[in-house]
Amino acid sequence: MQNTANVPRRGGSVLTDPKLRALIFQLLAIAAVVGLGWYLFDNTQTNLEQRGITSGFAFLNNTAGFGIAQHLIDYTQTDSYGRVFFVGLLNTLLVSVIGIVLATIIGFLLGVARLSPNWLVRQLATLYIETFRNIPPLLQILFWYFAVMLSLPGPRQSLGVLDSFYLNSRGLYMPSPGLSETFGLFFAALLLAVVASVFLGRWARKRRETTGQPFPVLVSVLALLLVIPGAAVLIAGNPLVWTVPELSGFNFAGGWVLIPELIALTLALSIYTAAFIAEIVRAGIQSVSHGQTEAAHSLGLPAGKTLRLVIIPQALRVIIPPLTSQYLNLAKNSSLAAGIGYPDMVSLFAGTVLNQTGQAIEVIAITMSVYLAISISISLFMNWYNGRIALIER
Amino acid sequence: MSDVNMQPTQPEGIIQMDGVHKWYGQFHVLKDINMNVQQGERIVLCGPSGSGKSTTIRCLNRLEEHQQGRILVDGTELTHDLKQIEAVRREVGMVFQHFNLFPHLTVLQNCTLSPMWVRKTPRREAEEMAMHYLERVRIPEQAHKFPGQLSGGQQQRVAIARALCMQPKIMLFDEPTSALDPEMVKEVLDTMIGLAEDGMTMLCVTHEMGFARTVANRVIFMDRGEIVEEAEPNKFFSNPENERTQLFLSQILH
Repeated sequence: MQNTANVPRRGGSVLTDPKLRALIFQLLAIAAVVGLGWYLFDNTQTNLEQRGITSGFAFLNNTAGFGIAQHLIDYTQTDSYGRVFFVGLLNTLLVSVIGIVLATIIGFLLGVARLSPNWLVRQLATLYIETFRNIPPLLQILFWYFAVMLSLPGPRQSLGVLDSFYLNSRGLYMPSPGLSETFGLFFAALLLAVVASVFLGRWARKRRETTGQPFPVLVSVLALLLVIPGAAVLIAGNPLVWTVPELSGFNFAGGWVLIPELIALTLALSIYTAAFIAEIVRAGIQSVSHGQTEAAHSLGLPAGKTLRLVIIPQALRVIIPPLTSQYLNLAKNSSLAAGIGYPDMVSLFAGTVLNQTGQAIEVIAITMSVYLAISISISLFMNWYNGRIALIER
Repeated sequence: MSDVNMQPTQPEGIIQMDGVHKWYGQFHVLKDINMNVQQGERIVLCGPSGSGKSTTIRCLNRLEEHQQGRILVDGTELTHDLKQIEAVRREVGMVFQHFNLFPHLTVLQNCTLSPMWVRKTPRREAEEMAMHYLERVRIPEQAHKFPGQLSGGQQQRVAIARALCMQPKIMLFDEPTSALDPEMVKEVLDTMIGLAEDGMTMLCVTHEMGFARTVANRVIFMDRGEIVEEAEPNKFFSNPENERTQLFLSQILH
C-alpha cells in the first residue's frame, strides 16, 4: 500500500506533467521571441536595401549645415552631426538640471505650506497645486512660450533692470564676465577666504559641541567672503571685465542671453513638476506619526527644529522613491521642447538630424539610449541616497 | 467633589489648575478641573477610558489647549505665548503610551537631541548625561542601537531616560505601561519607582493600582471629565466615598 505513490501512473500523458509542460511552454516562448526578432530585423534590412539607405553610424561625421539657437559648446554650421548630438544632449541636460533644482525648491516650500496652520497660505498652496498639476505640460509650455515670452515687448522697449539686465521677446540678456589681468590676485584672495571659512566652520562646530555656545557661522563666513576678496578688489582693481548687453540696431549685442524657449520650457516644467512634488512632500510629512511631533514638542523643541530634526528626516524615506519618479518625468518631459523649438535632444537630433539624414533607426536608437542613460543615472543616484537614509530595524 | 473643597488652603504648588475647561467641538471633555500639586508629590490619575485623565496631563505641557481657566506650571502661565509654552516644556518631561522614540536616531542621539538643540549643552556633556540616565534605567549597553532594535520595555525605559536628560522638574506619564507585554511592565514600573524615591514630582495616568498604592501621595479619580474623588491611596482603595469610584474599583480590582 505504501509504495503505490512511488509507482509511475500508467497512461499518464506528457501534457499533464507540470515540469515537462513548463519546459515546453518556455521553449515555445523563446522560439516566438527569436522568430519575431528575426522577422523585424530581416524586414528592416530588406526595406533599407530597397530604398538604398545604408545603415551604420558613418553619417555622424557628415556636415550638419544648419544653425542652432543655443549651444553650450562651440558650434557652427560646418560642424558634424556628431557635434549636433552633443549640443542637443547638453541642452537637454541643462533644462533637466535647472528644472529639477527649481521644482524641488518650489515643491518643498509648497508641500510645507499646504500643511501650514495659516488658512490663507494653505489655500493658496492648494490652489497652485490643483491648477498646475491638472493642465497638460505641453499646454503649459506653449502658454509660457507664446502667451508670456513672445508677448514681451521687442528689444527696443525691453524691460531693463540696472541698465544691465534686459528682458524682451528675444530672451533675457545679462552681463557676461571676462577675466582681467588682476583676476589671479582676486582668485587667490577668494581661495583664502574659502579656506578660512572652512576652518572657521569646523572650529565653530567643535566649539558648539564642547561648550554649547553657538557661533554666528553664517554671518562670519559671509563677512569673510566679502571682506578678503573685497580688499583684493580695492587694492588691485576689478578682477572681472563685465560685458554689458547693449542695444545695437534691432537687437542687443554682448553679454549672455537666455533664449525665450529655454526660459519658457524651464519655467513650465518646474512649475508643473513642483505641484506633484508638493503633494509627495505633504504625504511624506503626514506619514510621520503625530506622536513624533508631540514627543519633540514635549522635549521643548520649537516647531522649526521639530520639522528639521525629527519630521523631515523620517519623511524623506517616504518622499524619495516617488520624488525619483518625478525627476525622471521632468527629464523625459523636457523632450516636449520640440513643441516650441527649443534645441533639445529630441527636436534637434530626433527631429532635424533624422529628417536630413533619414537614418531613422540609428537616430531613434541613440536618442532612446540617451534618455535611458539619463533616467537610469537619476534612478541609481536616488536609490543610493534612499538606502543611506533608510531606517534600521532589527 | 467634597474632598477637593475640604482641602485646607495650600501654598502655591508647582502645578496649579484653576477651573480648567476644555471642549472638543461640542464635547465637554474637561469640566472645571482644579488641582494643586506640590513639589515632590506623586499623583496617580485613574478612571474609566474617556474620562479626561490623559487630556488633563496633556494640558500641562500644552499638547492640548484648554479653553477656560488658568494653568500655572512652575510659576509660568500657559497661554498662547510660544515662549512661555516652550519654557514650560523644558521643565516638564513626558513619557507616552507608545514611547514615541525617534526611529531615525540611535538611543544615545534620542537622549542628546534636545539637550544639545534646546539647552545648548556641549555634545560631550550631553552624551555623558545621556549615559548617566541610560545607566539609571539600566540599558547603557543599548546606547548605539536604534529604537526599532529594542523591546517595548527597553524602548519605554529609553523614553524615560530621554525625558530625564532635559533634567525636568516634573515628569508626566501617560499610561506608560499600557502598550507593554505583561512581563515588561515590571521593569518600567521599577524605573518609575526609583524615580519617585529620588523625589521627582510625578503625575501618572495609569491603571497599575499596585504602583499607585506603593508610590502615590494622592490618587485622583476622574470620570466624564470631572475630578470625582481625590484621596490618599490607603483611603482611596479601602474606603472610597463616591459611588462611581466604588463601581470603578470593583471593576478593576478582582
